[in-house]
Amino acid sequence: MYKIAAVGDKDSIYGFASLGLDVFPVTQAHEAKLTMKKLADSDYAVIYITEKLLSLIPEEIEKYKDSPLPCIIPIPGVNGNTGIGMKNVSRSVEQAVGSDIIS
Amino acid sequence: MAVMSVNPTRMELTNLKRKLVTARRGHKLLKDKRDELMRRFLELVRENKRLRAEVEAGIKQANVKMSLARSSMSDEVLNVALELPAQEMSLEITEKNVMSVMIPQFDVSFKTADESGIYSYGYAFTSADLDDAVKSLSEIMPKMIRLAEVEKSCSLMASEIEKTRRRVNALEHVMIPQYEDTIKYIAMKLDENERSATTRLMKVKDMMLEQSHHYSERAN
Repeated sequence: MYKIAAVGDKDSIYGFASLGLDVFPVTQAHEAKLTMKKLADSDYAVIYITEKLLSLIPEEIEKYKDSPLPCIIPIPGVNGNTGIGMKNVSRSVEQAVGSDIIS
Repeated sequence: MAVMSVNPTRMELTNLKRKLVTARRGHKLLKDKRDELMRRFLELVRENKRLRAEVEAGIKQANVKMSLARSSMSDEVLNVALELPAQEMSLEITEKNVMSVMIPQFDVSFKTADESGIYSYGYAFTSADLDDAVKSLSEIMPKMIRLAEVEKSCSLMASEIEKTRRRVNALEHVMIPQYEDTIKYIAMKLDENERSATTRLMKVKDMMLEQSHHYSERAN
């Protein structure tokens, strides 16, 4: 059995707690690193992380890019959408096709 | 012309011809794999883009409702309300093999099947905005799960496509021309050897005839 986690600032992710996701309120980069490591090592299959936090620790996320689990999915937080999520999609198109043909 | 450094022998020629056949077949197979992967990838990535737009809009909406709720309640009440979730979500994962890329498939199950299980609080002390916020989040949740699945598949497939494309190009533009050139080189070298052997024999024959019959003296 795998679990789902949400990581980010408290206001952005607390709503997910009521749906049965495990929430980890984190705001600092070093805390985020530790949390991501801990979550990836235990049985969390999907980790939703706020875009703001993701932009602080991009290299940590890159590590899990080619492994089947966990899926690390950026979501917009309360301070709005930074467009990192869409950029990631475009980047994988670019990697596969050579240029971003779907935009 | 890219000729490999090999001895121009008949054995080498046979080996190279066999390698060329294998390389051609590998090239064809890999090209097919790349095309099929690309087709699936493009399908998936379109879905990914659509889902992401939907999820981002949904979360934005939920966040608006959440801030409304927060403004009408004290922090303590809100924390108490959300502290102990009644619902628990867990995932069952199966792997699907798409052209030798293992992509994950999620199957969600809830602890309580009851729909109102998402409200982990009594309604007495919380505002209705909180109910709204939680409800809109729960509506977007299935899409978020699907998004996770699709986005991971896309990134796995993208790196596989990149790898396959490299292999196809290496075979097409380096390996196969190299084999072809080397085969041509060895064939020409062998032909040349054969011709020189024939000429030598003819010359030797001439010399032997000359020795025994003395044609040149008789001609004078």
